[in-house]
Amino acid sequence: MVGAACALYAARTGLGVAVVDRGPVAGGTTGAGEGNLLVSDKEPGPELELALLSNRLWTELAAEPGLGPAFEYEAKGGLVVASTPDGLSALEDFAAGQRAAGVTAETIAAHQLADLEPYLAPGLAGGVYYPQDAQVMPTLAAAHLVRASGARLLTGRTVTEVLRAAAGTVRGVRTDRGDIHAPAVVNAAGTWGGELATLAGVGLPVLPRRGFVLVTEPLPPLVRHKVYAADYVADVASDSAALQTSPVVEGTAAGPVLIGASRERVGFDRSFSLPVVRALAAGATRLFPFLERVRAMRTYIGFRPYMPDHLPAIGPDPRVPGLFHACGHEGAGIGLATGTGQLIAQMLGGKTPDLDLMPFRPDRFEECEAYEGDTA
Amino acid sequence: MSAEGPHLAVIGAGPAGLAAALAAAGRGVRVTVVDSAAAVGGQFYRQPSAGLGARRPEALHHQWRTWRRLREGLDQYIAAGRVGHLADHHVWCVERKERTPEGFTVHALLGPEQEKPAVVHADAVLLATGGYEKVLPFPGWTLPGVVTAGGAQAMLKGGLAVPGRTAVVAGTGPLLLPVATGLAAAGVTVAALVESADPKALVRRAGALAGRPDKLAEGAGYARELLRRRVRTLVRHTVVETHGTDRLAAVTVAALDAAGRVRPGTERSIPCDTLAVGHGMLPHTDLAETLGCRITGPNVHVDEEQRTDVPGVWAAGETTGIGGAALALAEGHIAGRSAAARLWGRDPDPREWAAAAKSRAALREFFAALDSVYAPPAHWTEQVTDGTVVCRCEEVTAGAVRAAVGELGAGDVRTVKLLTRAGMGWCQGRVCGPAVAGIAGCPESVARRPFARPVPLGVLAQVTDQAADQAADTEVAPDQ
Amino acid sequence: MNPLELAEAEPGPAFTVTLDGREIDALPGQTVAAALWAAGVTSWRTTRGEGRPRGIFCGIGVCFDCLVTVNDRPNQRACLVPVRPGDSIRTQEGTGHER
Repeated sequence: MVGAACALYAARTGLGVAVVDRGPVAGGTTGAGEGNLLVSDKEPGPELELALLSNRLWTELAAEPGLGPAFEYEAKGGLVVASTPDGLSALEDFAAGQRAAGVTAETIAAHQLADLEPYLAPGLAGGVYYPQDAQVMPTLAAAHLVRASGARLLTGRTVTEVLRAAAGTVRGVRTDRGDIHAPAVVNAAGTWGGELATLAGVGLPVLPRRGFVLVTEPLPPLVRHKVYAADYVADVASDSAALQTSPVVEGTAAGPVLIGASRERVGFDRSFSLPVVRALAAGATRLFPFLERVRAMRTYIGFRPYMPDHLPAIGPDPRVPGLFHACGHEGAGIGLATGTGQLIAQMLGGKTPDLDLMPFRPDRFEECEAYEGDTA
Repeated sequence: MSAEGPHLAVIGAGPAGLAAALAAAGRGVRVTVVDSAAAVGGQFYRQPSAGLGARRPEALHHQWRTWRRLREGLDQYIAAGRVGHLADHHVWCVERKERTPEGFTVHALLGPEQEKPAVVHADAVLLATGGYEKVLPFPGWTLPGVVTAGGAQAMLKGGLAVPGRTAVVAGTGPLLLPVATGLAAAGVTVAALVESADPKALVRRAGALAGRPDKLAEGAGYARELLRRRVRTLVRHTVVETHGTDRLAAVTVAALDAAGRVRPGTERSIPCDTLAVGHGMLPHTDLAETLGCRITGPNVHVDEEQRTDVPGVWAAGETTGIGGAALALAEGHIAGRSAAARLWGRDPDPREWAAAAKSRAALREFFAALDSVYAPPAHWTEQVTDGTVVCRCEEVTAGAVRAAVGELGAGDVRTVKLLTRAGMGWCQGRVCGPAVAGIAGCPESVARRPFARPVPLGVLAQVTDQAADQAADTEVAPDQ
Repeated sequence: MNPLELAEAEPGPAFTVTLDGREIDALPGQTVAAALWAAGVTSWRTTRGEGRPRGIFCGIGVCFDCLVTVNDRPNQRACLVPVRPGDSIRTQEGTGHER
């Protein structure tokens, strides 16, 4: 998704673009995503600024003829609920900070929850509504952004080497099916971005954080917003390798309800875990009791590209002139793709980026060489 | 292993599962047969529902004596308490637990509503999950009155029901013969049997066939019956489309040329209210795949003893490769014996099952020969117009699949699925998988379905092993 | 010859169920699908996209084409569920969950 957005915005600045992927379009984490475009789960700081920029850009893209419906853009809004008064006051404090940073957040009293979500469990303490939260179908979004960019799409090609001139400057990539020459290379390899960085001779600590998504049978629109429990935010920000689940429930344009979100650092283990999907189901049915009788039809796995400080790597790599990074967005890559693409395009074109990129510096982990993450 | 000796869970009560259960129980292993149907038999030996009071079910069946032997053996073991039969148990997942004394937990939903859970713990599992019919799309295949050949047969055997008065049986494969004769015997006028292959090609494979003269005689028997019932057989023909608005009224069939293309000008219409169509069989491999078993092509991979590559998991019958009931019996027998020996901690001696192994080898060769002859028309995708629905659940057309490949950069079935929703519906691509791959021009891949059946979220959420044990204790009635 | 005669079936007494309010005779042991077929009905669902009619396809519980609402319980597979006296069978539209 991030690569598709980089291609689109770069092409719109007039650059010639080739998109290279060892798999098909959206074959990595994008195809396993839920397509959330969220501001609600982000605390004030650089990631929230990127989310707000991205949110605006998604809205603009969705308004372009044919694009919004093609990738099932829905400005559905998010609803974060708290089960206890303590939880609610923590949530309200969090929302107050977000408001100061430019987020629209409306406090919802317990008795008003049913107006927003009629099938929500009774007895919740209240919540906060975030009208800016939206959703797309991520695979369609990636495919349609690539198509709209007019970029050359080279799928099924594995990059085997980052080509460099004698002075060390990037001059393209070598693939298993020939070389592609370019003065700039953008690493948008997501969870595998660390491997690509290694090909260029630099380190970039991108690690997989596994997530399961449960998919239900098709339903009429009974879940209207993205609804999640307040503890989700704490899980996202956590550094624990152990399993964490917090209920995240949302309907889709196609009918099924998607249920997340689990987080585990178990490398690239693709094996099914019944305990994890049970925890997801338990969380979802607590929020929406009617789901107890609804059937789960399938479940799938994705690997979020996780970086130790939960911020993506965006921008030029000072260690390798001509190499840019746009990866490591963890579970927010769909949402943050547009802003990332725009920032990368601005830098490729030598313009001043819309945001300060210092927090996203790709070489920010150089100083902490003792970093030990789990390995794939 | 408990004090009562080792416990084997057999998933599926068709020929493979029953043969395995008898073989294992005969060697002192406690066996629980877990099956989705109300009565044992699987698809091949599907019995009329008890309430229908059929006094002559054998009129619908072949190889009745084999069935009676299986059934009587099973009844004796059940009466002796050595085999348990859990009917109406729809298994949705088999979980392997490495740190518990009993290695496997079989998760099922109680049928037919499939809303309440049950679990079975076992030291080993034997997957005999059978297969289902493959059907490739053509314009109008979603019209009511178009059924799978195996579906028509299942409704006849189990429900003593037929879909209409005049049927065309079409597609390819050895299953079409018993379906046509069965429908005819049940009073349906079979207007034509339309086979895209030329079974005469079988003669050229005489080597493989020589090993099983009984199977050839079986085929000849069907041919005689078709003749007797005046069923017109059109070989090297295919159904190109159906007609009707809300119900089938006719089909158009056409001849195929040597390359497998429709010969223009040969189209003709045959009035009918039923089309029973099939293009071969596919194995059910979901449980095996989720357990981590190696899948080769569409089949669960097994060794000479019918072991999968996951310790404690055996597989037999159609799930390891389509080959019919006789092969399933041989494989089930070997699997049951191997599992029993290994559960008692000894290496089995293959000489014990030499006869079954010989039969297995000959039948595998025989079905490989059949498989090479009975194939869908080589250019079947040319007949699938852009407007034809390919994924029946999500109503995805061939045109949408082609656009995903041609315009959006999909190069594999997973991406086609994500871009079009083909295979994302209720059946999870079991029906449209081969069709989508064919139309997209991509190789078929093994689908991952951690839930072999849809599972209520309430069941997923609440079932702890303990609660499920209680459910199993209180709600599972033994086979009568 | 019909299938019941072929198998020399002597089912218990027939009973009545309803399809969209219309009375239909059914036999003990029949599935919902078999009872509907015997009554000459071949479709009992419309698809949620195009609203097209569907009935039995695979007949063995794999394809989910035969989904139907029985006694207000949606998405039951007519080919698996036995028919019971007094069942209220309804043609299913959309997802079956529309309220």
